[in-house]
Amino acid sequence: MKETIYMNTVTEHLAHTPLYKLHMELGARMVPFADYEMPLQYPMGILKEHIHTRSKAGLFDVSHMGQVRLTGENAAVALETLVPVDIVDLDINRQRYALFTNEQGGILDDLMVSNGGDHLFLVVNAACKQQDIAYLRQHLSGQCTIEELSDRALLALQGPEAGAVMARLAPETAKMIFMDTATVTLVGVECFISRSGYTGEDGFEISVPNEQAEALARLLLAQPEVALIGLGARDSLRLEAGLCLYGHDMDTHTTPIEASLSWALSKVRRAGGGRAGGYPGADIIQGQLASGVERKRVGLLAKDRVPVRDGAQILDAHENVVGQVTSGSFGPTLGGPVAMGYVEIAHTQLGTLLHANVRGKAVPIEVAKTPFITLRYYRG
Amino acid sequence: MSKIRYTQEHEWLLEDDGLVTVGITGFAQAQLGDLVYIQLPEIAKAIAKGQEAAIIESVKAASEIKMPVTGVIIEVNTILNDEPGKVNEDPMGAGWFFKLKMNDPGELDSFMDESAYAAFVKDMD
Repeated sequence: MKETIYMNTVTEHLAHTPLYKLHMELGARMVPFADYEMPLQYPMGILKEHIHTRSKAGLFDVSHMGQVRLTGENAAVALETLVPVDIVDLDINRQRYALFTNEQGGILDDLMVSNGGDHLFLVVNAACKQQDIAYLRQHLSGQCTIEELSDRALLALQGPEAGAVMARLAPETAKMIFMDTATVTLVGVECFISRSGYTGEDGFEISVPNEQAEALARLLLAQPEVALIGLGARDSLRLEAGLCLYGHDMDTHTTPIEASLSWALSKVRRAGGGRAGGYPGADIIQGQLASGVERKRVGLLAKDRVPVRDGAQILDAHENVVGQVTSGSFGPTLGGPVAMGYVEIAHTQLGTLLHANVRGKAVPIEVAKTPFITLRYYRG
Repeated sequence: MSKIRYTQEHEWLLEDDGLVTVGITGFAQAQLGDLVYIQLPEIAKAIAKGQEAAIIESVKAASEIKMPVTGVIIEVNTILNDEPGKVNEDPMGAGWFFKLKMNDPGELDSFMDESAYAAFVKDMD
């Protein structure tokens, strides 16, 4: 075995979330992630944590993610200059998926935006948050107030029993449907919650002040359905749900169209819409929507037990390289390997047989529909 | 008489009647986490010490098992093809990887015995 496996010593300068003490107490294996020391797994292990989330409810510490508040009358109009998404007509207490694009049509980050009535609430990726906040300040200062909510932690409660757990603690959440948001009192303090997540299951994300984060986590863990789940299972859960991981399945070199995220482009912001264009890279993205792309992101299922991982080349029947895997692992719910990657457009039909180069061996793979599991969002 | 030895790479080698069974220790499986795929060597293949003998993959990553001694693969634990989790459940027993015939049985003497390995693992924590 390689020595490197054991060199998971965490260096000194990494940040801790407010739940650090709880992670240590519950036996987490901590790893560096986006400048934070984060739990990869707990003693239950990634496979059981994954299954637990799909069958009951998993609690995730995602406090490393960035929380940003935009206030001011023009906040929605201003934010629309950076994303190809309808923010102006986003209803109060509703949330929407969005992307920051660059002038080349590439993706700077993906984010969730919710309308809190007198403000917009944004959740951005941990690894991008400093850059995102600088970018917002650079472009939107003067049009709205930009506040990083570094005084708040973020917990995610995900799984088929998440709804029952939340309804027990805050009965008003029972009427929320997928992508609804609300302000509720938990452990005596105001929390911003959304009925959404990153697992393909019903669930909530809960923004809570740092000081009350541990008390809230302990309250949730005291519910019989709930177990703490690490980032390892978070990754396999999102992969089975066909959800992109920024920096792997999309980045500044992939456009939303290539990333198969056309659905995220609001109709009103597309050609012919009332507020068409007006975001960075709009011409390129509109052009790709109209005339297609040369490659795009697809789901891939291996026809072998061997996991096909990030970076593996994708080959056609003549052994020409026609793409690359961007995420790949073992899918515990499927009981086999699952992956996604970018493939030349001629090979993107569902059912197309290709090969992945795994350590020099050609492993048969098939272009497959994502999500790989049935999404179980609560739609009322 | 059988004897068990341990490598610094956290493999165990159980020698019995000229045949050596190889697996990974409880410490190693705990560090790796849940295993989801194991690629075992071919039977009758001669492999030199330090060369790749098997590949083991956890949910997160792939790593290799190097041949701890020079020898010929005699038998592999085919159960691991379908049930790699056996290594996590019973690393010192049902989760064995392969059996080999050593070229030089003296090679075993350079490895740690039970108590030396226990001390070695204790130092790593």
